[in-house]
Parts: sequence; structure tokens; C-alpha cells
Amino acid sequence: MKKTIHQINERIRDGNARVVTAEEMPAIVAELGEEGALAEVDVVTTGTFGAMCSSGGFFNFGHADPPIRMERVWLNDVEAYAGLAAVDAYIGATQQSTTREDQYGGAHVIEDFIAGKSVELRAISRGTDCYPRRTITTDLLLENLNQAIMCNPRNGYQRYNAASNSTERVLHTYMGMLLPSFGNVTYSGAGLLNPISNDPGFRFIGSGVPCFLGGAEGMVIGEGTQASPAAGFGTLMVTGDMKKMNTEYIRAATMHGYGVTMYVGLGIPIPVLDVETVRSTAVKDEDIWVDIIDYGVPARDRPTIGKVNYAMLKAGHLEINGEEVRTSSLSSLRRARRVAEELKGWIESGKMAVCLPTRRIDPGRRAAPMRETVQGPRVLEIMDRRVITISENEPIRDAARKLLKGETNHLPVINGEGVLVGIVTTYDVSKAVVNPAKISHVKDIMRRKVVTTTADEPVDIAVRKLEKHNISALPVVDREYRVVGMLTAMDLGKLFGGRWLK
Amino acid sequence: MKLLVTFSRKEGKKPIIAQVVRDTGVLVNVERALIDSSEGEALIDIPDESCRIVKDKLADLGASVRILEEEISLDETECVDCGACISICPQEVFSFDEEFRLRMDAKRCVLCGRCIEICPHGALSRRVDI
Repeated sequence: MKKTIHQINERIRDGNARVVTAEEMPAIVAELGEEGALAEVDVVTTGTFGAMCSSGGFFNFGHADPPIRMERVWLNDVEAYAGLAAVDAYIGATQQSTTREDQYGGAHVIEDFIAGKSVELRAISRGTDCYPRRTITTDLLLENLNQAIMCNPRNGYQRYNAASNSTERVLHTYMGMLLPSFGNVTYSGAGLLNPISNDPGFRFIGSGVPCFLGGAEGMVIGEGTQASPAAGFGTLMVTGDMKKMNTEYIRAATMHGYGVTMYVGLGIPIPVLDVETVRSTAVKDEDIWVDIIDYGVPARDRPTIGKVNYAMLKAGHLEINGEEVRTSSLSSLRRARRVAEELKGWIESGKMAVCLPTRRIDPGRRAAPMRETVQGPRVLEIMDRRVITISENEPIRDAARKLLKGETNHLPVINGEGVLVGIVTTYDVSKAVVNPAKISHVKDIMRRKVVTTTADEPVDIAVRKLEKHNISALPVVDREYRVVGMLTAMDLGKLFGGRWLK
Repeated sequence: MKLLVTFSRKEGKKPIIAQVVRDTGVLVNVERALIDSSEGEALIDIPDESCRIVKDKLADLGASVRILEEEISLDETECVDCGACISICPQEVFSFDEEFRLRMDAKRCVLCGRCIEICPHGALSRRVDI
């Protein structure tokens, strides 16, 4: 048996279409079988509500008198991109305020507009014959704008890898706060309610298809940026009229230590035309697997700690290395359900009909990493190769002598095999002089927990280590943990005026 | 019941809490403490019925004591039930109910402030009633 999109739209028009949410679908298929579910269900609604950084909107402000060709535009001190035309601008959700930093950003401007609040527009221009005005400041409400069109380049990730942290310090990431030593796992996404997870072949989700966006009727533009559906990470570009949205489904947020983002409610109705659609919309949380990624490694290709599915994540706790670890979602399942329910109501009442894509999204697409033609500086290039070390059994006095003679403040401590076992600084030696207790040897005063770097580590990452630990030098170690150099705050000076700043 | 105890250490390092435990026989749970060379602040948890005796003893030892009624407050209009607070709370104050609505057991809170800092929606704040 097969159904056509016209049959389904006719039933929607007559008010007797059977619409269910993606969460209800698995039980219906279990009860009626695939053919039975196909005969019974006309439309499956999906929904998700979570942080979607790659979001924003176009505004048209109308012309002032005398007119201005806005070259730079700020809305409540958040800069919008104005390289479009005289009075058009695009505001990005993650753009931060020049005055309030991460407490206010593009997402807040959008939320304030939707909430009916007044927003201050400030713009400057150099002035032309046709647009003589150079500055403008005015207060605007959403209703004062000609257009306020949300246009989100990358929304509705099919699924998202969970996050954890192997290091011994707290990390603040876009995946939230990650506690040390795998102290928690965070995740995002609505699992079986996610739009693309219900149509991974993009047979029904594509250009021109209607959607729920921020509480308004919106539309799928097509493939989202960085989409990688072949790897199970499809994304969508979507649009909708901000004037019809509400703040239940558009919320500005700040990820502590990361920055501003916007929580977006997105849902897509999927017409059930054949058994294949029944199967794809009967997806369960148990079927959707993601990796747990270690955000403790500051590289693009972070290591995977293990695999989990959304049922395990939603259970609230899982096991890592035999220890029970609690999970936190960053998206809201409760609100995702509301999106799917509200969308269901729209279709049942005939407010929204379904259609097939005018242009299909390629399910075989895979995102590639950036091609980098210029490599940033590595520790190797600026480190001090002159290494003065000391052994742990030498007297403190010798350490002081070496520090003086070497004109350095840091002495790596090595054992008989030349392996790094600690570090002694001028501060440690001075403290030993002031408090001359029973201690007499380097091993009594050295710090055994040493933060290190390697020769091929990018300097940016080494600098981050210095900042985070509030220290001024890192021993550079090789694979056997032998010291091959030192990177001190002074070596960073070599970056200035050198070839890296050209 | 939670008591916020503040005391000066200028006259020496008196083991105030230990003294209270010994003299009253009440088992005190220290949930959070910040003590430096000049002063100290400790949040302690005690059985409700022992409140009077512990409070009086602490006052005798020169400490000032406040009863914490409300610990943490959730603004339900800002909260979107995301759950970012759940796994980072050392006291397991937050959880989801069966409908994935955020639930808060404020009695367990020790005011560490971590959730206030990280809530993406600014929905959590400290409300201290005396």
C-alpha cells in the first residue's frame, strides 16, 4: 500500500488526518504492524528545542529622513552585519555586546524584539550624495521593522556527540560545565523526536518543506552548513517570520565561559506515504547512538571514550570505567515534546499542510575539515633548548646556585633515567630559605605535579595551559617524558615581530 | 536544618565546631566551610530538634549564627527544563520528574553556587532568608 501527498492533504483539509508525534510512533507500529501503521497514520510530527548557535536574522529598518546608508549597525550595542544594503542588517545569535560581553548578545536582541521590547538601533556611515546622513540613533519595536526574517544557517543537528572531561580541572565548554576525571556527561538533542532522525534519507525533509520555527510557521531552506548526513550528522537551514514567533520557543542563553547562544524550537511534519516512512519514523532512542567525546583534549579530533544511545543518556546516569556518572542534557526534552504536540495540533486543525521537497538534500554529503595552508606556530619553534635540570637528591643550595647561574626561575627535576619527576622554582627555593625546617634536598621542596607541553604542540594550546594554571613556564617533554626544552612566558615574546605576525 | 556560622579567629584558633559537638553531643555535618587566618564561615546541617541547643552553644563561643530557610531559588519563567544543572550539582539537588520537568530539592543545597554560575538561562539565584 502507498499513499500520495494529495490524499494526505485532502484528509488534513477535511479535518480527519491522523497525526501522531514521533514519540508515539514506535508503540503504534508495535501494535498494528508496519502495514497497519501505514494505513492508520498520515503525518508524524517531530520536535527539538536546544542551543543552536548558528542562528540569526535579517532586518530591514526602513529609510530615515534624511536617509543613511548604514555601514556599521549596533542593536542594543550588539553589532549586526551591515554589508548588505542601506538599511538591511543580519544579526548573528552569538555576536556579543560591546558593553555587556557574554551577558547579552545577538540572541538576546532577537528575544527582546520577539518579547515586544524596545531595542536601540545605532548606525554610522561616511555619507554619500544619495545618502547624506552620517549617524542615527533610534528606538525600535519589532512592529516598526519592515521585515524581521529569522534565517538560521545550521539548525536541527540529527544527533550530537556527548561530552566528558578526562583532565583534572573543570572545563567550561559549549557543551556546558564538564567536571574533572569524567565527573559528568553532557548531551544535546531530543533523540527519537529529532526531525532528521525520523527521515535520515531526506525523502521528505528538504527545500520548501514547512516547519515549526520558534512558534511560527517556517520553512526548510535546504541543507544546513557543515551538514554531514553520510556520517549521521545532517543539519538544516531554516527560515521563519520573527514577527509571528514567541519567546516560549526562542530563548537567549549564555554558556558560562563560552558565550552567547540561542535556544530554538524546531519541528518538521513528515507525511507517511509508504512502509519505508513507517520504519524511519518508528525510530527509538535505543537506535540513535553517539560517541562520548573527551573535551579534555584541545584538538579538532578529540578522542572517543565510548558509545551511548539516547535512551542511556536520558536515563540520567551511565557507567564510565566502572563508575556511575550522571548525565545532563543541555536541550529540553519537555519543550521538544511541546513543539511536536503543537505542530500536531496545527496539522489536525488544517493550519499547516504537508508537501514534498522542491529540491532534495543529498544524504551522501560529508563535511570536511578546514584546509589549512599556513600552520600556526608550534612550541618547537620558540622553546628554549638550553635546559638546566637538577636531580631530586641534590641539596637545595645547588638548586639555588643553578637558578642563579642559569638566569632562570624554573628547574625541571629529573631522576637517574633523565625522566621528569618534578619542578622547582625560585619561589620554592626562597620559601625553603625562609622556613629552614628539616628539609634539605630538592625532593623535599619540588612540585611533583608538573604541567608539560610537547615540541609539536601548537603554541596557542601551551599558552592556554600557562593561563589556566597561572604559571609562567612549561617543561617541553618527549615521548619518554625526558625534558628537551623549556617554554617560558619570555619565549612567547619571540612571536611578536617575528614571522607569525606578518 | 542548615545554619550559617561565622566566627572571628583573631583571638586564636579555637575549634568551635568540635567544641559544639563535644559539649552538646549533636552530630554536626559541615557542608561547606571557608576559613582563613582572620575569620571563618561554615555551613552546617543539624537535626531540627537540636537547633536551639547548637545555636546557643555557638553563640556562647562567640560565633554568629543564621538559620538558612531558603537556599536556592528557581525562576520558572526563565527555566526551560534543559537540565544543565543536574549533573554538576555535588548535592544532587536537581532531577527530572517523569515528564522531564526540572525538580528541585532545595533542602539538600549547600549554596556552593555552581548551578547559578552555569545555568544557561540565568534561572537560578541565591535567596537567603534569615
